[in-house]
Amino acid sequence: MTPATRFAVAIAALPLVAGAVLPSPAAEIPLNERRSAYEDMSRDNKAMQDDDTSNPGILGVLDGEMLWSTPAGASGKSCADCHGDAKSSMKGVAARHPAFDPVSGRPLDLEQRINLSRQQDQKAPPFAAESKELLALTAYVAMQSRGEPVAPPDDPRLAPFIEIGRALFNARQGQLNLSCAQCHDDNWGKSLAGNVVPQAHPTGYPIYRLEWQSLGSLQRRLRNCMIGMRAEPYAYGALEYVDMELYLMWRARGMKMETPGVRP
Amino acid sequence: MMRLAATTVALLAAPATAQEALLPYEIVGDTIPKSLTGAPGDAERGRAVVVKRESTCLLCHSGPFPEQRFQGDLSPSLKGAGARWSEGELRLRLVDAARLNPATIMPSYYRIDGLTRVAQNYRGKPVLTAEQIEDVVAYLMTLKD
Repeated sequence: MTPATRFAVAIAALPLVAGAVLPSPAAEIPLNERRSAYEDMSRDNKAMQDDDTSNPGILGVLDGEMLWSTPAGASGKSCADCHGDAKSSMKGVAARHPAFDPVSGRPLDLEQRINLSRQQDQKAPPFAAESKELLALTAYVAMQSRGEPVAPPDDPRLAPFIEIGRALFNARQGQLNLSCAQCHDDNWGKSLAGNVVPQAHPTGYPIYRLEWQSLGSLQRRLRNCMIGMRAEPYAYGALEYVDMELYLMWRARGMKMETPGVRP
Repeated sequence: MMRLAATTVALLAAPATAQEALLPYEIVGDTIPKSLTGAPGDAERGRAVVVKRESTCLLCHSGPFPEQRFQGDLSPSLKGAGARWSEGELRLRLVDAARLNPATIMPSYYRIDGLTRVAQNYRGKPVLTAEQIEDVVAYLMTLKD
């Protein structure tokens, strides 16, 4: 029996285990059926994202561009002093984050990577989670990957963290006892009280969400869903979020980066 | 001394009242045959519970609610629920649908155990009260077609 068949048989046998705590039966979305939530937006919202003069996320990107070349910290250096023109040096970088950091032995997301460089190289204090500055610089860096395929590093050291992220995505939680996968793997495309359930591919982060009236990170979006499940959200920067971000980027591998995405 | 002992008991009991215990119920087959409260529910109040956003029903279900603009289609319409199910079947499906199908997306509306990371303001509380469950059961029983 091949591992794939064995897995299928194991899944098929699950409903027979009465009373056990079962994992979600969600099957991952076949690669060729994946779609960005962009596809489900109104024509107006699509036009807003597509046109840089109307995309409100671009304002954050422009702030980020300014920060990129502003000296910071005891080093007196700017990002540009070491990395040069972000248009070439940062191309594809966001598409391969979270990436493995040998020092901490863990994956780091792009925000953490930026803050690490601020501390280690610029000798500057890290930006606060979800601060305007961190979102702006992250958006500027991530926009250099716009149009590039999501490309999670082929790094075996990341594998266990992808699995943790996958387990979290499939774990039931909160008063409503839901998992992420129950909506985003099993019921995407259906209407949740009038809103199309997206597949949850993080291709446009940081996104400008009209509901927020601001740029926001993937961690903020994950917190929103946890609050909807009536679950206790993790604190910003929690390892659980980074592992979920890693899993979601792996799940979106090959899809096109859209930063700064616009979402309702 | 007696009074001190009585006060201590009261203090110890206080957290237990904050986490209100659920009323006991008996499952027979795939039903809870008896009312959780011992009294029949009120169908009119039940309809109001179903359409209220915090109840979460219409996130996934639709039904005969022409005035409700936002209804979901993750789950079957509530239309005809009272013809498809008996009162006892509906009651168990509301109270703890996961008992019948552990993989269901339908939350257990009258259960506080076996849950993970429940947000602080919801901890120890069921989604609906026993009275609300009975009201919703009474309402769903009126949906015959």
